[in-house]
Amino acid sequence: MIGATSLLLADSGPVIPKFGQASNCIVQNKQFCASWFVDNFNSRFAPRLVEHIELTLIAVGVGMVIAFTAAILAYKQDWFERPFSLVSAFFYTIPSLALFELLVPITGINRLTAEIGLVSYTLLILFRNTLTGLRGVPPDALEAARAMGLTSRQRLLRIELPLALPAIMAGVRIAAVTTISLTTVAAYIGAGGLGAPIFDAIQTGFKTEFVAAGALAVALAIVVDLLLVLVQRTITPWRSRRLRNA
Amino acid sequence: MHAFVDAFNFFFNHLSLMGDKIVAHLAVSFAAVGIALVIAVPLGVWLGHMHRFSFLAINVSNIGRALPSLAVISIGIAILGIGFLNVLVALVILAGPVMLTNAYVGVNEVDPDAVQAARAMGMKPRQVLWRVELPLALPLIFAGIRTATVFVVATATLATFAGGGGLGDIIANEATYGTAGVIAASLTITALAFLIDGALGLVQLAVTPRPLRALGRGARMDAMIPPNLEAGARR
Repeated sequence: MIGATSLLLADSGPVIPKFGQASNCIVQNKQFCASWFVDNFNSRFAPRLVEHIELTLIAVGVGMVIAFTAAILAYKQDWFERPFSLVSAFFYTIPSLALFELLVPITGINRLTAEIGLVSYTLLILFRNTLTGLRGVPPDALEAARAMGLTSRQRLLRIELPLALPAIMAGVRIAAVTTISLTTVAAYIGAGGLGAPIFDAIQTGFKTEFVAAGALAVALAIVVDLLLVLVQRTITPWRSRRLRNA
Repeated sequence: MHAFVDAFNFFFNHLSLMGDKIVAHLAVSFAAVGIALVIAVPLGVWLGHMHRFSFLAINVSNIGRALPSLAVISIGIAILGIGFLNVLVALVILAGPVMLTNAYVGVNEVDPDAVQAARAMGMKPRQVLWRVELPLALPLIFAGIRTATVFVVATATLATFAGGGGLGDIIANEATYGTAGVIAASLTITALAFLIDGALGLVQLAVTPRPLRALGRGARMDAMIPPNLEAGARR
C-alpha cells in the first residue's frame, strides 16, 4: 500500500515521503478506529498475540513441572511444604513490575528474565492447588486402593492424581490467566507480547492501539479461562455428573 | 550486586522524593480499596445471605481475576484519558471481584446448622446476619480484602503509565532516576507489599473469632481454589 502511494507521488513533485492518507478517525485520535485495527491486525497484533501465547505456555508449563514435583514431594514428605510455600509466597507477593526490574541487573533485558518472573508467579498457585487436591483424596478411596494391593506409585497415578485433578485444573486455570496478565507487564523489559503495543501507545498516545491491545489481552484471558473450564469438564466427567445429580 | 548497593544509597539520598511517592502510591491504593470495599463487600454479604445469584457472584470473580491489569488500564486511558480517575477506576475494577466473591462464599457457606439454630432461638433474619453469619464469615471476607489490597498496592505501580503517580513513576523513568533509582523504587514497592500483607494478616487474625483461628490461617490460600468447584455441590 505504501509502495503504491509513493509511486503515484513520484510523478507529482516533492520527494518527501508520504505514507498514505490517514483517515479522519486516526487524525482526530478517536477512541477506536476499527478500519485501522483491521488493516493492521496481521502486521501489528497477530505476531504479538502469538508471542503472548508462547510466553504464557512456557511459563505455565515450566511452572507446572516445578510446582507439581514439589507438591508430590510435599505430599510424601510433610516437612517440604513449609519452605516451598514460603519461597513461592514470597515471589507471589512481589509486584510484577518491581520483580522484573529487580531481575534485570542479574539476568539482563530479555525473554529469559521475563520467563523467570512469570514462572515464579505460577508456583504458589499450582503448588497449593495440587497439594490441596492430593490431600483432599478421600481416605476410603486410599484404603480401598491399598486393600486391592496397589503399590504407592500405582495409588498415586491411578487414584490420587485423578481425584486431585479438579483442584489441579483449577490451579492451572488461575495460573494461566494470571500469567496472561503479567505477560503484558513483561513487555516493559522487552519480552514482547501484547504489552508491547500498549507500551508503544504510551509513547505515541494513539488511542486505537491502547484499546486494541488491551481488548486483545482481555479477550485472550477470557477465552483461555473458558477453554480451561471446558478441558476441566472433559477430563473430569464424573464431577459434572455428580453436580447434575446434586 | 553493585546495583543493589547503589539502590540503597539512592533511597537514603532521596528520602523526601521516596516519601512523596510512597504517600501518593498508598493514597491511590487505599482510595481504590475503600471504594471497592464499600461496593463489593455489602453486595457479596447480601447475596450470600439470600443464597441467591451464586452464578453471578462466583463468575464475577472469575472474570475479574482473568482481566489483565495493564490491559484494563490501557483501555481506560483511551476512554477516561490520563490521570488519577482512570487509575482509580481500573484498580476498583480489579479489586472488587475478589472481595465480592469472598464475601459471598463466606456468608453463603456458613454452616446451615448454625443458621438454623439461630432461627430456632427466635432471631430475625437481620440478627442472623449480624450475629451468626457475619462473625463466621469474617475470616473469609477479610481474606478477600487482604488479597485485594495487596494486589492493588502491587498493581498501583502500573498507574504511572496512566499518569497516576506513585512509586511506578520512578520505575518507569530510568532516564531521570537512573538504574539505582529504578531498583530502589522496586525494592521499596516490594517491601511495601510485604508490610501491608503482614499488617493485614495480623488484623485478619484479630478480627477472627478465637475458635475460628485455625481456619482463618489457611483461608487466604484456600481462596485460590475457585469456589464454584464445591459451591454447586454443597447447596
